[in-house]
Amino acid sequence: MATAKGKSVAATPKKAARKVRILVGKPGLDGHDRGAKIIARALRDAGVEVIYTGLHQTPEMIVSAAAQEDVDGIGLSILSGAHNYLFPRILQLLREKKMGDVVLFGGGIIPDDDIPKLVKKGVDRVFTPGTPIQEIVDYVNERIRPRK
Amino acid sequence: MNAAGREILAGNTRAAARLMRDLDDEIPAAIRTLKRLYRHTGRAYILGVTGAPGSGKSTLVNRITTHLRKRGKSVGIVAIDPTSPFSGGAILGDRIRMQQHALDEGVFIKSLATRGHLGGLSRSTIDIVNVMDAMGKDVILIETVGVGQDEVEIVKVAHTNLVLVVPGLGDDIQAIKAGILEIADIFVINKSDRDGADKAKREIETMVSMGIFKEGKWKPPVLSAVAATDEGTVELLEAVDRHQEYIYQEGNLLRYRREKARVELVEILKARLIEKAVSDLDAHGLLDPLLTEMAKKRLDPYTISEKVVDHSFAFHLLNGGKPASVKGRGNRR
Ligand code: B12
Ligand SMILES: Nc1nc2c(ncn2[C@@H]2O[C@H](COP(=O)(O)OP(=O)(O)OP(=O)(O)O)[C@@H](O)[C@H]2O)c(=O)[nH]1
Ligand SMILES: [Mg+2]
Repeated sequence: MATAKGKSVAATPKKAARKVRILVGKPGLDGHDRGAKIIARALRDAGVEVIYTGLHQTPEMIVSAAAQEDVDGIGLSILSGAHNYLFPRILQLLREKKMGDVVLFGGGIIPDDDIPKLVKKGVDRVFTPGTPIQEIVDYVNERIRPRK
Repeated sequence: MNAAGREILAGNTRAAARLMRDLDDEIPAAIRTLKRLYRHTGRAYILGVTGAPGSGKSTLVNRITTHLRKRGKSVGIVAIDPTSPFSGGAILGDRIRMQQHALDEGVFIKSLATRGHLGGLSRSTIDIVNVMDAMGKDVILIETVGVGQDEVEIVKVAHTNLVLVVPGLGDDIQAIKAGILEIADIFVINKSDRDGADKAKREIETMVSMGIFKEGKWKPPVLSAVAATDEGTVELLEAVDRHQEYIYQEGNLLRYRREKARVELVEILKARLIEKAVSDLDAHGLLDPLLTEMAKKRLDPYTISEKVVDHSFAFHLLNGGKPASVKGRGNRR
């Protein structure tokens, strides 16, 4: 027989085909959802399953949804100025729920001075206006893996 | 029962969420847990909600959930959105309309992507419904991707199927006519605040009246609703109650359970048999040569499939698991 025994590409047995699942949420009271929607679409186009929870979410709602959906990461979009409260609060809730392995990241109107403080508290990465979408997609591809 | 199974039976939502993800991702250990949970299923009432994209399914599911919670029922929601055929990714946005229940311990919402499965559900939907059932949810709502004729089979998973129709889509009603009578236990004319609602209602009523309903058979009622403002939800749930009474009548429940069992078995068999056939061919070094033969038009897929089905599987079972040869004429070099 011409072909060696074993695995051809067509027949590689289907096993553990995990997909990355990410929740994109907008906590707080601002209605700026363009950024969040653009990120959600870009991540979908990169093969991610994005759970979009919409506007006006409390940190509790976001973390509860993240638990039910068993996501690998949470991306927050905050243009209201309340990032110094919202990011740490969500980190705290994640720890309380023993979901510390969920990667928290985000973007929006966030002054450069605040970013190192947020990162120190455990936010993985913060993107500010003007960041090319591809940079964000690359970050997600690189950093966020489906859980074991 | 293993640890994960016990935690789920005790209502641990985190364990349940992880099992659901594992089932969606086809992790073998998850199927072992589900096997053990299976005999704890069958207690939940399953409600299917289908309708064209944007017809208000999520909004209605949200309203129904509120009313069920008032009745003291716990609720599981499985909401399905399409996977992009280009990237394999998806935006699962049904939750947006349901987030008011996000902090209610009595409500569990799971968003799923179709992942290439046809028929308005994901392959994992039945598995995940079964987990919610084992968790002890009283009512499970399934929001499908959109209505189509392919869904006739799969919606047999639900005790009661709601089909949403919105006004102003006259052509659409024609288009969905073919399979829709078999799907719908209850028609909901949603967005009845819009022009053309009466016309849509009349059209559906006419369609229903043209169907043949034997004495004692369920005839789908046609109800109006405005999910956006909660108008008509109470009446809708009353109709669901009546359908539940009908389903629970002697004979009907058994018939429903057997239909559901058939869908479960056939769906799982389908996936398993295909996987097994392809990987067996491959393991015996037959797949690549057969594909080459096909590409050279010396063999056709019909003959190969017949051989695989006739010999491999039937033989397999009778042979106590010894793989049969699929080599045929065309396999000569
Ligand atoms: C468009 C806009 C609006 C639109 C919003 C439309 C919509 N549905 O989104 C409208 C007109 C409604 C609006 C209203 C208001 N706005 Co306005 N608005 C803007 C504006 C001009 C652009 C925002 C935008 O859409 N950018 C495009 C998107 C793609 O960029 P982005 O969101 O920043 O996203 C990028 C990054 O930040 C990052 N990112 C963002 N989110 C996320 C999430 C994740 C997960 C990741 C990885 C990355 C990421 O990646 C993106 C790509 O680079 C900004 C000014 C500015 N230049 O940013 C003001 C701005 C945000 N608005 C502002 C204000 C004050 C208001 C109002 C209160 C004004 C008022 N007084 O009425 C209202 C509030 C409305 C409300 N309910 O919240 C202020 C906010 C000030 C602050 N936070 O300190 C800004 C900064 C203007 C300013 N300089 O004062 N606004
Ligand atoms: N006017 C009116 N709008 C409604 C009604 N019900 C829902 N909507 C609106 O219709 C839009 C779609 O509603 P959804 O509930 O997201 O519809 P869906 O069928 O779940 O949509 P997909 O999941 O995307 O297929 C939203 O903007 C709703 O607010 C209604 O009764 N009347
Ligand atoms: Mg929906």
